[in-house]
Amino acid sequence: MTKYIVRRLLQMIPVIIGATFILFVLVFALPGEPWQGRCGERPCPPAYVDAFKKEYNLDKPLLIQYGIYLGRLLRGDLGTNFYNNRVIDELAVRYPTTVTLALIAIAFAIVIGITAGLVAGINRGSFLDTLVTVSTLVVISVPVFVIGGLAQWSILKLKLTDIIPVTATQGTIGQLILPGLVLGSLSVAYVARLTRTNLVENLRADYVRTARAKGLSKSRVIGLHTLRNSLIPVITFIGYEIGSLMGGAIVTERIFNINGIGGFIFRSIEQRDGVSVVGAVTVLVLVYLVVNLIVDVLYGVLDPRISHD
Amino acid sequence: MAKTERTAEPAAPLAAGAPLLEVTDLQVEFRMREGVARAINGVSFTLEAGQTLAILGESGSGKSVTAQAIMGILDTPPGYVTGGRVLYRGADLLKMPERQRRLIRGSQIAMIFQDALSALNPVFPVGWQIAEMFRVHRGLGRTEALERAVQLMERVRIPAARERVKSYPHQFSGGMRQRIMIAMAIALDPVVLIADEPTTALDVTVQAQIMQLLQDLQDERQMGLILITHDLGVVADVAQRIAVMYAGRLVEEADVIDLYGRPCHPYTRGLLDSIPRLDQKGQTLSAIGGLPPNLLHIPAGCPFNPRCRWAQPLCRTGAPPALAEVGVNRRSACHFWPEVAAAAPAAGLASPAQSETAGSDPAVLQTLGAASADALGPDGAQDRLAASDSALAGEQGATAVAPQGPVAAGGPALAGPTPDGGSADESEGR
Ligand SMILES: Nc1ncnc2c1ncn2[C@@H]1O[C@H](COP(=O)(O)OP(=O)(O)O)[C@@H](O)[C@H]1O
Ligand code: SF4
Ligand SMILES: [Mg+2]
Repeated sequence: MTKYIVRRLLQMIPVIIGATFILFVLVFALPGEPWQGRCGERPCPPAYVDAFKKEYNLDKPLLIQYGIYLGRLLRGDLGTNFYNNRVIDELAVRYPTTVTLALIAIAFAIVIGITAGLVAGINRGSFLDTLVTVSTLVVISVPVFVIGGLAQWSILKLKLTDIIPVTATQGTIGQLILPGLVLGSLSVAYVARLTRTNLVENLRADYVRTARAKGLSKSRVIGLHTLRNSLIPVITFIGYEIGSLMGGAIVTERIFNINGIGGFIFRSIEQRDGVSVVGAVTVLVLVYLVVNLIVDVLYGVLDPRISHD
Repeated sequence: MAKTERTAEPAAPLAAGAPLLEVTDLQVEFRMREGVARAINGVSFTLEAGQTLAILGESGSGKSVTAQAIMGILDTPPGYVTGGRVLYRGADLLKMPERQRRLIRGSQIAMIFQDALSALNPVFPVGWQIAEMFRVHRGLGRTEALERAVQLMERVRIPAARERVKSYPHQFSGGMRQRIMIAMAIALDPVVLIADEPTTALDVTVQAQIMQLLQDLQDERQMGLILITHDLGVVADVAQRIAVMYAGRLVEEADVIDLYGRPCHPYTRGLLDSIPRLDQKGQTLSAIGGLPPNLLHIPAGCPFNPRCRWAQPLCRTGAPPALAEVGVNRRSACHFWPEVAAAAPAAGLASPAQSETAGSDPAVLQTLGAASADALGPDGAQDRLAASDSALAGEQGATAVAPQGPVAAGGPALAGPTPDGGSADESEGR
């Protein structure tokens, strides 16, 4: 197991290097220049441009730039962006909000998604099953900004803004409940469907028949024998979802005015702030890889058939 | 969830003199979108303590459904018991409240399934799964239940049972997994054991070991054993009674010796004839052509008539022939059973080595005798049964080569050593 983890960690190195390089090239290839709009209405004077280029090594070839960047990164330095702020500080301000938002979304996915999936799966073919199947399909096919707008609109119409705020400028937990639900709606839907499918499939499995033949109660057959098997893929899926939600949520953050990672990356791209983009995304990639590793290890623990040796 | 349900030790007979298990006119149907599949259409049989009843039939004939209906573990929906009685020591299981029935299920009537890999729960250790019987039914604590599980694993001869009690099903070989399945089924000393094709998924050597184990356990505990199989060879060795099933009906029921010696139903006859034989290599004898009927549309008259070479116009109309007495303690559901019984079987009893599906090397197959019709008294049949015993033993080493051509029934030369159950299998290990 330790060997497996070490191997996985080592595998991350080329992934990080590859990912940062691709990002670097992409940011480099973006049309427009980072000094645009820094000198008022006029184009920037050549002296300013030269100084700017020098300061940020933009005068050197791409590979050299990249080499310098990588060298800093290995020392844990994410660099300083074109506004003279350390990227790590910019991230530190926003990350707690993004993490809180992601965890709220996941909490909804777990509580509502799994419950709905179980209810639907156990009562297959019933009204509740149809309700879950249809409503999740709707959620999956409607874009997030529509769901978000609808959620805000309903809260405003119902005059519930005192209890459920529709903006989250400070990013407190209370403010993040509604955005979390909106962000998590897709995960809720997927988790519900995945849980239902797996439960239905497992209820047909031979080992369930054996469990019944052993004279176990229905609650034990479903709640212990079937559930344990059915939830393995669901837990894995939720794990991967955590990984991707940690990357921020551009649309949801916009709708609810949240100062999170997603918005930060979006603005940095707009401003051609390459250092910020590459720095932020590198951290996201790292988080994603680590979460995936944790999920894979957990999967091996949950399912004894998976061996990490 | 950890609530325990204690059961009394095997209940005293509810009705004095009642058989262990008495199934009467059992009917099961599957209600599906395409229509109603009548899987069981009036099955009746009796099982006594210490007796082995084999249920034989092609795949899809309703053997497993019969077992599931007795156990009360049908998939409902789509499956429903629509008629009949299942008397266990005189009490009708079908009329019992589910709670009461659950106390009997697993502890007094237990079942073994065909494919132990899928029948065992993949995410729990095998010891845990065996121990669960003691914990749920007997209220034992974790440690004590696990200790009992180890003892059972030792009883079914799983090597290094104590070390392997925490292993998972996929870490065992097929034979070992089936032993675990058996250990779980006999954990609470059931009085009735239903084994649904317990050896079909295993290779030939291991099959014999598992059958031996089942027989030993049955002798030791005087269980009534219902052995479901489509392998005639297995039957000859262990069962006293045999019930042949076709399209959800019993078509013939008799003592094994009588049935093998003089089948009284064309379907049974076809099954016996289709056992591959070396002395007529390459020839498919009167192996039954065609397919079993679609259970959504069972043909009128005798369900077997489209495949039957004895079929007459009478067979194609009206109700199916009833399962009627055709001799001492034997029944057949055929209008023309006397003709069938009188016709000389095409050949003697062939080796049980190969079932229709086993697909092993034909070179292993042996023939124990191509008996002519006049050799077919009860005695002749007896001899051939003895011979088939030795065939099963001989096939273990796969070395006994059958001579081309007929051999006198009961030829002792084919006897081979029977390996101690559970030794060849052990090497498969983890
Ligand atoms: N779970 C099920 N759903 C629908 N039909 C079933 C189910 N189980 C069995 N059947 C029907 O019952 C018939 C008999 O099945 P089964 O008893 O499993 O045959 P076998 O004799 O091979 O054990 C099948 O051909 C099928 O039509
Ligand atoms: S009743 Fe007729 S069709 Fe059916 S088995 Fe007998 S002879 Fe064949
Ligand atoms: Mg079957």
